[in-house]
This record gives sequence, structure tokens and C-alpha cells, in this order.
Amino acid sequence: MFWLTCLGLIPLVGAAAMCLPLKGAAKPVGLAFSLATLAMAGVVAGLYFNGSLPAGTADWIPQFGVQWAVSLDGMGLVMVLLTAILTPAVLIAEWDTAERVGRWPVNAYLGLVLLLESLCLYVFMADDVLLFYLLFEATLLPMYFLIGGFGQTRRAYAAMKFLLFGLAGGLVMLVSVIGVYVWSVDATGQPTYYLPDLISLPDSPQFGWLLMICFLIAFILKAPMVPVHTWLPTAAEAATPGTSTLMVGVMDKIGTFGMIKICLALFPTESKAIAPVMIGLALLSILYGALAAIGSPNLLRLVAYTSVSHFGFMVLGIYTFTEVGTSGAIFYMVNHGFSTAALFAVLGFLVKRRGSAKVADYGGVQTVAPVLSGLLLLAGLSSLALPGMSSFVSEFMVMAGAWSQFWWVAAIAALGTVLAAVYILLMYQRTMTGPVAETVKQTVTSDLGARERAVAGVLVAFILVLGFFPNLALGVVEPVAAQTTLLVGGK
Amino acid sequence: MTQIPAPTFEWLELAPVLVVLVAACVGILLEALLRRESRFLAQIVVAEVGLLAALVFAVANWREGRIGSLAMGSVSLDGPAYLSWTALLVFGLLALSVFAERNLNDGASSFVASAASIPGSRHEREASAAGHEHSEVFPLALFSLAGMMVFTASGDLLTMFVALEVMSLPLYLLSGLARQRRLLSHESALKYFLLGSFASAFFLFGMALLYGYAGSFDIAALNQAVSAPLLGRGFLYAGMGLLAVGLLFKIGVVPFQSWVPDVYTGAPTPVTGFMAICTKLAALVGLARVFFVALGGERWTWQPVLAVLAVLTMAVGVVLALTQTDIKRLLAYSAISHAGFLLTAVVGAYQEVGSGQVNSFGAIAFYLIAYGFSTIAAFAVVTMVRNESGEATRLSDWAGLAKRNPWLASAFAVLLLSFAGIPLTGGFIGKWAVFASAWAGGFEWLAITGVAFSLVAAYFYLKVIVAMFFLEPAEGVEVGRASAFTIAPIAVGVAATVYLGLFPGPVMDLIAAAQVFAR
Repeated sequence: MFWLTCLGLIPLVGAAAMCLPLKGAAKPVGLAFSLATLAMAGVVAGLYFNGSLPAGTADWIPQFGVQWAVSLDGMGLVMVLLTAILTPAVLIAEWDTAERVGRWPVNAYLGLVLLLESLCLYVFMADDVLLFYLLFEATLLPMYFLIGGFGQTRRAYAAMKFLLFGLAGGLVMLVSVIGVYVWSVDATGQPTYYLPDLISLPDSPQFGWLLMICFLIAFILKAPMVPVHTWLPTAAEAATPGTSTLMVGVMDKIGTFGMIKICLALFPTESKAIAPVMIGLALLSILYGALAAIGSPNLLRLVAYTSVSHFGFMVLGIYTFTEVGTSGAIFYMVNHGFSTAALFAVLGFLVKRRGSAKVADYGGVQTVAPVLSGLLLLAGLSSLALPGMSSFVSEFMVMAGAWSQFWWVAAIAALGTVLAAVYILLMYQRTMTGPVAETVKQTVTSDLGARERAVAGVLVAFILVLGFFPNLALGVVEPVAAQTTLLVGGK
Repeated sequence: MTQIPAPTFEWLELAPVLVVLVAACVGILLEALLRRESRFLAQIVVAEVGLLAALVFAVANWREGRIGSLAMGSVSLDGPAYLSWTALLVFGLLALSVFAERNLNDGASSFVASAASIPGSRHEREASAAGHEHSEVFPLALFSLAGMMVFTASGDLLTMFVALEVMSLPLYLLSGLARQRRLLSHESALKYFLLGSFASAFFLFGMALLYGYAGSFDIAALNQAVSAPLLGRGFLYAGMGLLAVGLLFKIGVVPFQSWVPDVYTGAPTPVTGFMAICTKLAALVGLARVFFVALGGERWTWQPVLAVLAVLTMAVGVVLALTQTDIKRLLAYSAISHAGFLLTAVVGAYQEVGSGQVNSFGAIAFYLIAYGFSTIAAFAVVTMVRNESGEATRLSDWAGLAKRNPWLASAFAVLLLSFAGIPLTGGFIGKWAVFASAWAGGFEWLAITGVAFSLVAAYFYLKVIVAMFFLEPAEGVEVGRASAFTIAPIAVGVAATVYLGLFPGPVMDLIAAAQVFAR
């Protein structure tokens, strides 16, 4: 428990340090804190593989059976590592964003990012439903201020929309959280929120459905699925690309993470019964997200819609209740984090130069910025799950899981893969190839600098490494998938 | 021949109330004895020292475990009474500190120079120019506070009624003493007084009918009479309803809420902060005592009625708050919605809990404690945002406040988030506790309705945050340079809000040990 608590504490201390008048030192200090977190995450991973990472609990609000309980399983570990890697990447990619926006001081930006990192890390470690809920809700606030304080046009509207959707999910989940209290008191006489204790409670027809549905609604809103995805494109369009990376790459994963960790684990019977609905929603998200991405006139919105499609794949993998599907879904969460981060990073560099995110404002960029367009192509190929890229493995596993249950589901989902090729290649063709647009010639005067190359390069490297050696991650997540599948009684 | 027992009076146990009353009387004497210039300072010292001494007595008595039925059964000193006394005294200390602020009005307090003169008249201008001020506000507030303390610990309905009047009359007066917008202030005082007297009359009538039913004013005797199958239950139901009207009026529950926005807006802002929490706390504890203890046997009768009122209160408070453009009115409607959220726990009437767990009253107490710190601090923040005519209360004036003073804006944002019940603030823990006890008491639908209204409520709090942080600063508005009298309550309020959100355990422990009413 000590190590895990420390892991989340480092960025939190960093966020607090940003309240000091650091002036020019703020950025290096902020980055140092995020790198220290990464190092700590490495230590934690080492301990995990060593088998010496004990879970621990401490009383927090004993009157309600709430504990400070943190632990890591394979799924938590990969998400923690993803968070710890993406945060410094975002800070480096957006090294000069806060100054360029010029509205709020740069330490506010760093502080909010670090605060968000800390909360997300704790969410992925939380072993207590109330703790999970508190952090789940709390992550909304730094993100809200990041969108509203550093975003572009319509930022106040986008921030408000983001927060209201988030709070709606949060409050629906509050119903479940309160229900868990009553449920545990009813069943044992003592309130408890500790997940392992709750898993061992007997099924309750009185509570099961209501609680499961409320949790699920919150997670569907979080991992945006059609038809409640509309906040994501709005937010991604207004927010800085780095903010969107954290939002889509890390925060929204809490939704799919929660489905596995809470919905499936606590309510296996009800989850099985609702699976057809979830698979339907997943297919809808896959196809609708892809089609909307094809039609999107804005690059950042386009990436947001691709994410809606990808979240559809993750949910599909989860609700097939097969070991291969669930492993694929968890691995997908990681891969999607990297590929979206790479896409947002490169597009961010591009948008910064041109000052517009409209697809129509571009053309022939590859002539003036070959490195940029090359990296964009790699990130894009990862997004469309080309073999050799890590997302290919996970998408294939989800399909395999779906096929083993209902072949026609896999067939429909495969359409999403085809559409993915359309939206990525069409976007690439429209913006990067062809004659160089006059405005592009004037504004995109430089290719990527060393800092920008380093960030995008590292992210692409992760994608390739995991693509060729997927067992690095799969070995970690498979036990979780096996255990979950066992709980639900799938195959 | 029946022997008449000699009256007993437990001086030490009742010392907290007595000290507050003595301080109030000393304050009155000071008005007569001291020169005008030195009064204000002396009043502050007497009031704050008096409250502090009372707090020391209360805490010491509580630690000694001095509980029981006092003063011939008219005061019932139990866990809930100690909880309320401590909370009331702490809130009194903070609120009276805001009363004492004189830096914001060019050396004058927030209170009118000459209350008796016609607004806008020559006499008033002269008094204002001469620097007169009403330092009686401190003893008035102390009298009111003493009334509240007795109200929360009443052992019989008669004491309760007297306490109700003692706490209300000074408040009517205090509401009319605002320095700016005199007519509004007068209107609010008059409205509060007229409606308040009606409510008191209802209370009195209900009391009489209950006496007719049970033959006693005593709460414990009522409890027995209600549980016994007596004839004439019509008296009981009518009395119960009328009594509820009087109590619900003070809390600001629909349909008795119409005074709240006007009085909150018209009263001097420090007074608004004081009564927003202290009156609500006293009235809710009184309500819980009457309905859980005296009328507990009839819970099946009153639960559905209060449940409907709770839904109406949440609905009216939340929906009307959406349309407000004035920060004080917004906070007033928010106070109504909070009354609704609190009422859900009263409806739940969840009593049978394991040791160390929190029952319905415990949930209410925690909610009120968290809400109290936030409320006093929020109204103190309102006093600091000013334009040339005084407090700038229009929401449009609050635009871009974060640019002028990021600390004040952040503090207010924390308080608003707590009102909205966002996690990691005390407001969330309170909301969670009251909804949990409503559900555990069998009112699942009410808890879910409350959660739904919380979402709507979040919107108008966020609107203020959007205005403060994301809009361009308004013209002609500035943040006044307040003294420590205002800054300290804000700092304490924000710190307590965050502390209660992060570490509710210790306070919950205290509550869990003291949440059971004496019967």
C-alpha cells in the first residue's frame, strides 16, 4: 500500500508545488514531477512482477465502511503505466501551449495536469467502491478547468457540456454507491465498500439490477458510446490536443475499466443478461463513430469520433465474456491510449502552425513537413489497426472473441475496420498529399523540431514495440481477463 | 395533599446557555454605559469572549458526560443537544466575526446608521455622516443564539415555543438593519415578522391540540401517549400538522418557503449568513426531536407527507435557482433546495443502526455542519465583492472575478462545489449520508429523486464558476480589502469544507456517539 499511495502522491505534491510562485522554473519542475511519477510507476511495476506488491487497506470513514484501499492487478498496472507515460509526453508536447494561449499562467496548466494524473492513478488503483467513485468524480474538475481555461473557441460551452455529462454519469453512479451501502448493511449488518468483500456478497434480486444499471450508465457516459457520446467531439474540438489526449487516452478508459472491475465483478448475472444490449450499443458506436469520423470537417473532432468507434470495440470485447475478448479489450485500452496520443500530438503540432483544425484548410503538407506527415501516417495506421501495429493485435482478439460467440457480430464489427481505413486514409490524402495549399506554404514553415520529434517518436515506438511483442502486455492482463471470465461464467 | 416539589435548576449543565445570555445582557448594558465611539469594539469583545466561554463550558460538560433532563424536565440535554450547541456556538463565533467587519464600508459596519429613521431621509444621512452605527446587533444575535440553543434541547413543547420566539424576534429586527438598499431591508424584516408570527401561531395551536390529546407538553409523555391506543386521534393528527407548519416554516420548506429569498436578499449579508445556517440547524434539530421522539410512533402517518414536501422543496429550490441573476437570491434558493435534501433524511427516519454507524439524525447533523461552514464563508465572500454603491450582487458583476482575485474566486468555487455536492468536499459526504439514510429507511425513490435534483442543482452552481473563471471581468467591480474579521471565517469555512470532504471520520465518530435522542 505504501508504494501505491506514494505513486499517486508524487504528482499530487507536484500539483501543490505549482501554487508556489515558481516563475520560469515551473515547467521544468512540473516535468520533473511527472518523470518522477513515471520512475515510481517503473518501481511499482518491478515490485508487481516480483510479486511483492501487497494490497493494503486503512480505515477512512469507518461509520460507512469506507476504506483507503489500493491494490493493482494486471489491468490496473497497464493503465497506471499508460497514465504515467502519457502525462510527461503531453507536458513535453505542449511545452509552450499555456504561454501561447496566454489566458492563465503556465503553472495553472501544469498543476491541473498533475492533479489529473494523480487522481487517475488512484482511480486505477482503488479497491473501494466509494473511493473509486470519489476519484471518478474528482477527475472531472481538473479536466473542466483545462478545457475551459486553455481551450479555444467555445471553450466555456465545451467545458460546461463536458462537466454536465460527467456529473450526470457521476450522480447516476451515486445512486449505486448509496445502494451498495444499503445492500451491504442488509446482507451483513455492517456497511462495506471494499470490493473483495462486496464480490462475496450473495446475489440480491432487490438491488442487483438497479445498482448494475446505474453503474453501467455512468460508465457508458464515460467511455462515450453512442448515443451519449456528443460531449466528446465538442470537448476535443475546444480543448488543446494534449488535454484531449489525457481525456480520451486516460480518463475515458475509466469507463471500460469500471465495466470490468465493478459491473462484471459485482453483478455477473445481471451483466450477462444485459450483454445483448451492450453488444448492440458497441456495434452502433463502432459504425456511427467511424461514419461520423469520415464526415468530420475538423481534424480534432475526427480523432474524437475515431475514439468513439474504438471504445465500441473495447466494450464489444468486454461483453463477449470470453478470455480472448476481454484480454483484447484491456490491451485495446492501452493501444488506443498510445495511438490517440500520437495522433493528437502530431495534429496538435500541425494545428499550432496553421492555426486551424479544419480539414479544408490543408493540402500537400508532406512536401513542406515530411517528418510530420510521416509520423501522422504511422499514428493513423495504428489507429486503423494495420498488422504490425499494436492495435491490430487487440482488434483481432476482440473480433476473435466476438466470432466465438456470434459470428455475425464479428462480421458487423469488421465493417468498422474497413471504415477506419477510409477515415484515416481520406484524412491523410486531403491534408498531406496533393499540391501545397498557399496558406499552408505561408504558415507551415518548419518541420517538426527535436522536442516534437522526440514525443511523437517515442509514442510511435511504443505502438510498434507492442505490435511486434504484444505478449509484453498480454501476459500481464490475461490473468485479469481469465478471472473476470470465470466470475461471469463465460469461456 | 400533593406536595409541590421545590424547583431544581442545574447551573453547571446549563452554563453554556446562561453564559450566552449573560453576554447578551452585558452587551445591552454596554450600550447604555459606554461612549458611542468605544461601543463597537467592546461589543465585539464581549460577544466573541462570551461565545468562546460558552463553547468551553459546552465542550467540558460534554466530555464529562453531563446529560439528562434538566430544569424540571424543560430542557433535555442529550447527545443531539450537545452536538447542536457546539455547532451553533462555533457558527456563532464565525458569523459574528463577519458582523464586525468595518473595512469594507469606509470604516462603517454593514449595518444601518440609524434604524429608526425613514430611509433616504435627512436624519438618516446625518446619522450616517456622523458615523453612528448600531452596535446592538451583537447582543441581538446572542439572544437569538441562546434561543436556538434552548430550542434544540427542549424537553417540552412549551419551552420549545418560548425558545422559538426568543430566537426569532431578534432575527426579525436584524433583517431590517442593512446599510444599503434600506427599503428592501425594511420589506424583508416586515415580511419575515408577519409570516413568522403566523407560523408561531400555528405552532402554538398545534401545541394546544397535542396537549388536548396527550394531556402533557412533555416530549417523553407525548411519545408514550402517541404509542398508546388512545381515543381522539383527530387531535393528534391536527396538532401534528399545525406543529409541523411552524417548524417547516423556519426551515424554509415548500409551501412555507416564500419568505426565504426576500429575507435572505434584504437582510444585511452577515446576518443572512448567520441565520441561513443557525436558524436552519436549530429548526431541523427541533423538527427531528419532535418527529423522531414525540411523534415517532406515528411515523407511518407523517413520513409520506414529509416525503412529498421534500420533493416539492427540492424541485422549487432547484428550478427557481436556475433562473436567478442575483447571487444572494441564488444562494437563498439553493438554501431551499438544501432544506429539501435534508428533509429526505428526516423522512427516512432511519434509527436502528449498528454501533459506530450513523443514523438519520447523524446524517442530518453532518450535512448541517458541512453546510454551515460553507454557508457562512459564502456569505462572507459576498460581502467582499463590491461596486461603488456597495455589495455587487448581480451575477454579471461576478464575471471574471478570478482575474481580479484568484484566491477569493477559488475559495468561492470550493464552497459552490460543496453546495453542489461534488466529491472531496464536505457537501458531498453530507449529501451521501442523508440519501443513504433515506434509502436505508425504506425511501429508495426519494433518495433517487434527490440525486436527480442534485444534478440540476449542479448546473446553477457551475454557472457561477463559469462566470468567475471563464468570462471577461465586469466593469466597476472590485474586491474589497477586508480585515481579518471577514478573511478568517472564509479561511476557516473553506478549510473545514475541504477537511470534512477528505477526512469525515473524526466528525462522524463524534456524531455517531451522540446521535441518539433522549426519550
